[in-house]
Formats: sequence, structure tokens, C-alpha cells
Amino acid sequence: MNKNLRKPIWAASTLAKGEGGATGDWRSHRPVLNKEKCTVVLRNKPVCHLCWLYCPEIVISRTIPPEIDLLYCKGCGICAKECPVDAISMELEEKD
Amino acid sequence: MSKKNIQILSGTEAAALAAKLCKVEVVAAYPITPQSKIPEKLSKYVEKGELKAEFVLVESEHSALGVCISASLAGARAFTATCANGLLYMSEQVHWAAGSRVPVVMCVANRGVGAPWTILNDQQDTISQRDAGWIQLYCRNNQEILDTVIQAFIIAEELFVPIMVCFDGFVLSHTNMPVEVPDSDDIASIIPPYKPVLDITDSKHIVNINPVTFSTPRPSANGEIQPSYMGLRKRLNEALILALTTIPRVDALFEKKFNRTTGGLLWEYMVEDAEVILLSMGSLTSEAEVAADALRQNNIKAGVIGVRCYRPFPGEAIRKSLQHADYVAVFEKDISYGHEGALCSDIKSALYGTSSQPQIMGFIAGIGGKDVKARELQQATMDLIDGRITESPVWINLTV
Ligand code: SF4
Ligand code: SF4
Repeated sequence: MNKNLRKPIWAASTLAKGEGGATGDWRSHRPVLNKEKCTVVLRNKPVCHLCWLYCPEIVISRTIPPEIDLLYCKGCGICAKECPVDAISMELEEKD
Repeated sequence: MSKKNIQILSGTEAAALAAKLCKVEVVAAYPITPQSKIPEKLSKYVEKGELKAEFVLVESEHSALGVCISASLAGARAFTATCANGLLYMSEQVHWAAGSRVPVVMCVANRGVGAPWTILNDQQDTISQRDAGWIQLYCRNNQEILDTVIQAFIIAEELFVPIMVCFDGFVLSHTNMPVEVPDSDDIASIIPPYKPVLDITDSKHIVNINPVTFSTPRPSANGEIQPSYMGLRKRLNEALILALTTIPRVDALFEKKFNRTTGGLLWEYMVEDAEVILLSMGSLTSEAEVAADALRQNNIKAGVIGVRCYRPFPGEAIRKSLQHADYVAVFEKDISYGHEGALCSDIKSALYGTSSQPQIMGFIAGIGGKDVKARELQQATMDLIDGRITESPVWINLTV
């Protein structure tokens, strides 16, 4: 590359939590996990984790139970939609 | 020096052969007259095994450039070609390519833009894409098409800026001329292998390319400061400005190797003592040379400038070349509607604030394939010198 070019020359980001900024403050609805329904909790095995797979902000952990980082969760509801057993519900945020 | 390999080639054949000689790795293009023979030829090369490239069949020009952008980001040397409405259909990706800083080379066989339909030549198509952030190089003849495509890959891959190699449809694309074809080993010796900015195929470092970028810089998740949107635009502009030194350097390198020049930024003909300059772009430059010869026979000190590099605009080279001129006749195959020819405006702005203030007149010629002859350029130049011009810009040889 020509050494006179100012780097970085193009926009790129790594796939990491928080790359989009503190996206949690956009949220109007928060995902709430019902552990009594969640398959990985009930079977105590990592046998589902579709919420982890689908979350576009990578804020759900691949753990038992799955944890949601609300600092960056933007409240899109994809996890709730994708959960095959409806273990995640979207609840209205309280506004100050 | 081995024996010269001279072939009789059309402009499209010269373009396709040049891409082959540069060993392009991905070709994606959609056929449109008068460009069609370029992808046709390249697909034949690939099919015969003469070119080891991925020829991607696409359903549109938009996808053609989309494929080239992705291929280029992934580290492949990518090539495409289009023109006219095809180029405009591609336009969203034209901007995207520049913003992605991919060194894609695209040939444009300049054609008038519809509506109404025309398949014939003018340069409205590429001029309309002037501000997309690409380098635009214009060719005077088929030899220059071949040479410019080769040089374009060197320039693009050094600066990470895409390049349009523009040449007049039919006038060059479908006209056969003798073209000296360089040896592929000689070409390999001047084109270093293409190295992308980063290896996006590395599965350990997955990157998200061109994410939403904010108006102020911000740290990425791993703490590196990422430029703002405006900062990236400025970097793109800086790369184009840098091209003003890269382009002549690459042309000089090429000349050293192959013993011929395209002029770098400008093609100049008898300008040293010229009082009258005929200034143009593309094949019209060759026509202007014939006109200048005729003017010289009538004791008018005429010279010719062909703008080879239109973006970045070679303002300094223009100022130097025009410093002794009294009259400048700008002939161009485009119009910035409601104003004048785009090139004419640029020439005027290049001379702003300098002591040389020649009389500059814009002439619109050859729109939609309208024939334009050397003697018409000669006449127009005489009209300028003799003060017979009443309208501006002047539409040459117009039959309404
Ligand atoms: S998708 Fe639903 S069931 Fe599966 S792990 Fe996530 S919350 Fe549990
Ligand atoms: S709502 Fe669910 S999917 Fe959307 S960002 Fe929050 S955790 Fe991720």
C-alpha cells in the first residue's frame, strides 16, 4: 500500500459486543428470560441457545442460563421471536 | 528486445486482452452495446482455459459491480465493463466501490444516456459519475485502451481507488486499429501481486465491512479509534489527489518498459508555442490534432491538449500547459444541463486567480453519435479567434 495513505482507509469493525455503541439506550422494550421455560435451563445442557445465535448485538451469552447484557441490548426482539419455546418476552421499559 | 507483437484489434478486444494480460481473477459483467464484446471475449478466454478467472454470470450491472467489490475485498483482482444506462443502473454500487476503497478496474465504452434510447457515443454516462470517487482515465485510441487498463491496475492497487477506463463507444470500441501487445511476462514484472487491505477470509478475525459510521470518530470494541464518516471521505479525496503523482509515475514506468507513453495526466500536441489550444477528452483529441495541423498550415499557432485524467482533475498541469494560450476551445461530448460542458467549467476554475486569462469557449460536440469532423473543430476554433461566437456553449454541427 502507498505509504502516504492515511490509515485506516475504510470502515470496518470486528464482531464484538458494543461495536455499535451503547445501543442499550435506544431500547423501548426489554427482553426478559423465563427460566422455567428455557430449554437449556430445564435440561441443564447447552442444547438450544438459538437466542445467542440470533442476537445481532451478540449480547446473549452461551451459558446456562443465557444472560442478556442490557447495556448493549437494543430491544429488537429477535431473541424473543426466535425462541422456540417462548421463554423470552419483550416488556415495555419504564420511562423516567 | 523480442519482436513486436502487433495485432489488429477493436477497442473492446484491446480492453479484454488487457484484462487477460493483467491476469484478472474475477470478471463479472452484464452485456450492453457497445461494451458487450468485452465480457464475451473474457468468457471465451476463461472457457478455453487461457485465463484462470472466475467468470460470474450476473443478472444486472448492479450485481456485476457488487460481485467485483466483494471479490476485490476478498483479495482477487476484479474487472468489469459497462456503459450508458448500465452504468447508471450500477451507480449505487459505483459510489459503494469508491467508499469501500476497492481497486476494481472498469472499462466504460462511452455511450449516450437514454431517454430517448441511443446506442451511439457521447460521454454523458461517465461524466454523470464524475463525483463518485473513482479515478477516470480517457483513451484516445485502442493502443491507449490496452495500455491504460494495464496502468489502471497498478494505480488502483497502489492507492485503493477504483478506476474507470473510458473510451468512446463505436468510435473506438468497434473500430479496428493496430495495437502493440506487450508480453505477459513483461506485464507481470511491472504489476505487483494484489494485496488487499486486510485478509477478510481469515476466520479468526471476522470483520464487519462498511458498518454504520458516525459523524465523529469513536473507539471500536477493541479500543482502536475508528475514523468518522467525514474523515473517511477526506481520506478518499486525499487518495485521489495523490493519484496526480501516481498516474504520471506509472506512465513513466510503463514508458521505460514498453517505449510508449499515454501522456500521464494530459496528452499534449504542439503546445509549446501554441497561442490557440484545442482541448478535449477521448477520441475527439485525435480529431483535434488533425484540426490543429490544418490550422498550422494557415499560420495559426494551434496546439492540442487531451485530458487523459479527468478525475482527479490535473489543475496544475492544465495551468502550466495553458500559460501562453490566448484562446482555448474546449470540445466535449457532455453537457451539465442548465450550465455548460463539465470539462469547460473545470478548465475555467483551474485558471482562476492566475495571470494567464485566455478566452475560453465551450463547444458541445458529438452528442448521441453525432458525427464531428476535424474541419468542424477547425471552423469552430476560427469562429472563436475571429469573435464570431454569440452563444455559449456552442453546439457544434447541430441539426435540430
Ligand atoms: S432460545 Fe429460548 S429456549 Fe433456547 S436458550 Fe434461548 S431462551 Fe432458552
Ligand atoms: S432484544 Fe434480544 S436479540 Fe435483540 S439485542 Fe436484545 S438480546 Fe439481542
